[in-house]
Amino acid sequence: MKLEILNGHLVDPANDIDEVADLFIVGGKVAAVRKPPSAWEADHTINAANKLILPGLVELSASLRQPGQEHKATIRTETKAAAAAGITSLACLPTTNPVVDSPAEVELIEQLSQDSGHCKVYVIGALTRGLKGENLSEMAALKATGCVGVTNVLHPLKSPLVLRRAMEYASSQALTVFTHPLDHHLANHGCVHEGLTGLRLGLPGIPAAAETAALAFHLALIEELNVRTHFCRLSTWRAVNMIARAQQDHLPVTADASILHLFLTDHDIRDFDGLCHNLPPYRTQQDRDGLRKGLQDGTLSAVCADHQPHEIEAKLAPFQSTEPGSSTLESLLPLILQLVDEGVLDLKEAVRRVTQQPAEILGIAAGNLSVGSEADACVVDPELDWMLSSETLLSRGKNTPLLGHRFKGRATHTILGGKLVFQLEPE
Amino acid sequence: MRHFLDISRLDRKALTHILDTAKSFTSVDGRAVKKVPLLRGKTIVNLFFEPSTRTRTTFELAAKRLSADVLNISIATSATVKGESLLDTLFSLEAMNTDIFIVRHPESGAADFIAKHTAPHVSIINAGDGRHAHPTQALLDVFTIREHHEDFSKLRVAIVGDILHSRVARSQIEALNILGTREIRVIAPRTLLPANIEQLGVQVFQNCWQGLRDVDVIIMLRLQKERMQGAFIPSEHEYFQLYGLTPERLALASPDAIVMHPGPINRGVEISSEVADGPRSVILQQVEYGIAVRMAILSIAISTGDPGDGDEA
Repeated sequence: MKLEILNGHLVDPANDIDEVADLFIVGGKVAAVRKPPSAWEADHTINAANKLILPGLVELSASLRQPGQEHKATIRTETKAAAAAGITSLACLPTTNPVVDSPAEVELIEQLSQDSGHCKVYVIGALTRGLKGENLSEMAALKATGCVGVTNVLHPLKSPLVLRRAMEYASSQALTVFTHPLDHHLANHGCVHEGLTGLRLGLPGIPAAAETAALAFHLALIEELNVRTHFCRLSTWRAVNMIARAQQDHLPVTADASILHLFLTDHDIRDFDGLCHNLPPYRTQQDRDGLRKGLQDGTLSAVCADHQPHEIEAKLAPFQSTEPGSSTLESLLPLILQLVDEGVLDLKEAVRRVTQQPAEILGIAAGNLSVGSEADACVVDPELDWMLSSETLLSRGKNTPLLGHRFKGRATHTILGGKLVFQLEPE
Repeated sequence: MRHFLDISRLDRKALTHILDTAKSFTSVDGRAVKKVPLLRGKTIVNLFFEPSTRTRTTFELAAKRLSADVLNISIATSATVKGESLLDTLFSLEAMNTDIFIVRHPESGAADFIAKHTAPHVSIINAGDGRHAHPTQALLDVFTIREHHEDFSKLRVAIVGDILHSRVARSQIEALNILGTREIRVIAPRTLLPANIEQLGVQVFQNCWQGLRDVDVIIMLRLQKERMQGAFIPSEHEYFQLYGLTPERLALASPDAIVMHPGPINRGVEISSEVADGPRSVILQQVEYGIAVRMAILSIAISTGDPGDGDEA
């Protein structure tokens, strides 16, 4: 099967391409860019005039809820939603039931993803057995079955010593540790940023120090142990500054922010809107601006959806009893384009943060359109105006504070390994 | 005003209207037959997810004096009340053609949540939600203050104690600000003061001797026994030494200052018996005025609570 995508504005940051060009795909691989291979005759042509041709997006953090939480979502529903959002690779978290802490769960997830065939799925395994923070998971076995990293997500570790040992052991297996910096004692079951909104609403707050104290603690260990670590979902400007200093000191650390943290603040929950309940919480305007600045100067190398689909009932309760997290796969691309519109990043840099950079963090071959690489790409109409609604969301999780929001820009075609896995139906 | 959820949605005019209406009901309390027929045929449900004596009984009396039928429902909160069952409880009570729910719940925002999901003919009155708000308590407090000091623009009011965990303090601060109070002070150790509290328009004092000087109203808050466990304060003894209201400290306030407390009081912890039972204490008046203020709120909610009225307060 020979596929050509013609006349699009091709943005491939990894190869420094940002121009109107054609893309040629054969046998699931990128065969050529700009000029067709010799004796070219396409089986299928996509006209991408006035559209963008991008590498398929790489998502750092999606909860697929399978096995065990199928009432929230399944691998099939969520990978289908990913494909419709231009995402061709995603990393899923071990917070399933059972927890992903042995090869059996990894193999199950990989099998279900292959059966579904909408999006490549990479697994980040549990750092500790059952995510209980006490005993190490069998990291070598996890790695052998394909895990790209390990994490304890937001589950606390029993002691600083367990963290040290877990980091050392992960490094012995050449596994990146994905860390969510939050001191659970300081967070103290809080559910919003500790600030004026939380005070007015009487909701217990999580101080910024819950993030920076945990981060400082990790950095002290990393300085000593030289362990490759990725910091997930920073929410405070102070944490961004700390990462910048650590990078100046050549510590092997990277960091990301979730797309919603780049837009929302604690102000958005003023009406007890449980859809804005998130961990870490949305913080102040100053924090949001600090994250954007960190994105601009490269301290935060990647942006992710941090996709957490829930059943409707999970958000039908007083704020503190709602489950945190939002269904965001389908908002990532339009919001990244909005950052370009708002002048935070230029188009090429914006694309880099959701393609090449997350692929590098995960250590996977994705996020670029180099000749000879897997043909994972998407075609995007940057001017297409559309509204996010629970009817149009493909994710089973309808829990997003952006319901009813109008976006500009949407994927019209998604190509996975040379095959068209999504095409937007004309309205 | 279909729902009555917190003070911040009121303006000065609406707040004063409630106080004036309450004033007119104080005469009912003094009658031989303490009833008016304003709410005859209406059904009011006291829906309490948290124990309460004072608030529940004064709401019940207020409803009965307005000739309404009252149903008291207490739901144990030892087990976390899940959202579904909270809504299911609500829907089944609504099906009994009730008119007003008076809701107390341990979680902030619970009354808002119920108001968002309730049927259009039902009014929700917040009788305390988590740390968020206790608007009827705040109204009876400013009502009590107004009975003693009419002009809020001349008043210095001190709120002393566990501001951090207090829904009462939050609602009082809002009500006092709306009424144009000259100065609102909060007095507590930092462990019991929420971050950013000064942004609510209050002066912060960590020392009683400075904070109580020349104030016209002293509102003492209850100190929950469990605060010793959370490392908020070392002991009741030290708390009383630093923040307990004694006759010596009361002497710092203006000569006609009044002493208030939302109850129930901890004698010897936040207030000495001499002060609690002394001539400046208006603690029992607060309880009495609570009935008139709650009658006012119930009658206003019913009179404007038609389905087309989307106003909330």
